[in-house]
Amino acid sequence: MKYVKQFVLFCWDFVVGDDWRLAGGAVAGIALTFLLAHLGRNAWWLLPVLIIAALALSVGMVARRSRPRPSQAQAADATRQSRQHHG
Amino acid sequence: MHEFLLVGATFLACLVEMVEALTIVLAVGATRGWRSALYGTYTAVAVLAALVVTLGPRLASLPIGSLRLVIGGLLVVFGLGWLRKAILRASRLKAFHDEQSIFEEQEREAREMTRSSSAVDWYSFTVAFKGVLLEGLEVAFIVVTFGGAQHSVGLASAAAAAAAVVVLVAGLVARRPLVRVPENTLKFCVGVMLVTFGIFWASEGAGIKWPGGDTALVPLLAYVAVASLLMVRLLRRTRPLDRPREVPA
Repeated sequence: MKYVKQFVLFCWDFVVGDDWRLAGGAVAGIALTFLLAHLGRNAWWLLPVLIIAALALSVGMVARRSRPRPSQAQAADATRQSRQHHG
Repeated sequence: MHEFLLVGATFLACLVEMVEALTIVLAVGATRGWRSALYGTYTAVAVLAALVVTLGPRLASLPIGSLRLVIGGLLVVFGLGWLRKAILRASRLKAFHDEQSIFEEQEREAREMTRSSSAVDWYSFTVAFKGVLLEGLEVAFIVVTFGGAQHSVGLASAAAAAAAVVVLVAGLVARRPLVRVPENTLKFCVGVMLVTFGIFWASEGAGIKWPGGDTALVPLLAYVAVASLLMVRLLRRTRPLDRPREVPA
């Protein structure tokens, strides 16, 4: 059982990667395209738009997380200024 | 057009992954002897070849519509992972893959491990086998899916084999990790190609008719590439941390 679980986790990590929301967005986009095509709409533009939007959101979230919070930035500025005074 | 992109994407993907595998094999081989490291490498290559030979023709025998829907979906998801990492690295939000430091770390670990008395050094064998297998799995995945959807597994395998030979020869000549290979640029290109083909095939499999048929691949490729480059440009404006937060994969 342990090995099956490890194998499933490996497969998940191998295909899906670091952000499951990105994979979820892609699958949802394909499902929506499939649905529209079967309702008679040739929405060829839909998947390219959704995929790029999902990618932009995913990398945007990383960028937001890596930005220092205002309190951290202020603390860093204060430390730098105090060092300049003493140095 | 399809064939040209198929060969290009598989060749570049294999080139990147083999550079990473070569670093591991070189570190273990140079520290503990080449014989067991090479046995591990050959075994991993044989397993990968068996995977492609077993899965490739089976995929090619499936109906093309459903095959393209499933494979297109897998390629989009898999390619987005490559492209996301490449964008984050190009924007300096994620650490670059440093072959030299990986080589040094592997070398140190290999020195610290005690040597077994048997004819085969199992540590070298296992590390080389695992390294080549794990790096090569991504290539095997691309060869099987890309080649399967296009019914050209042979062509994709030939492109991957050519890249493996190029890296092997370069590695034998240099006898050290290939640090000058622009890995992230190559990963970016492969990611763009995988996502483009994934979108194209998944849409076709879902029942979409592309305007202009197969020629729609060219503007689609340009769209994905330009959008990704734009993301890099915008993210570079974001003030990065002194050190990237994400751990290199």
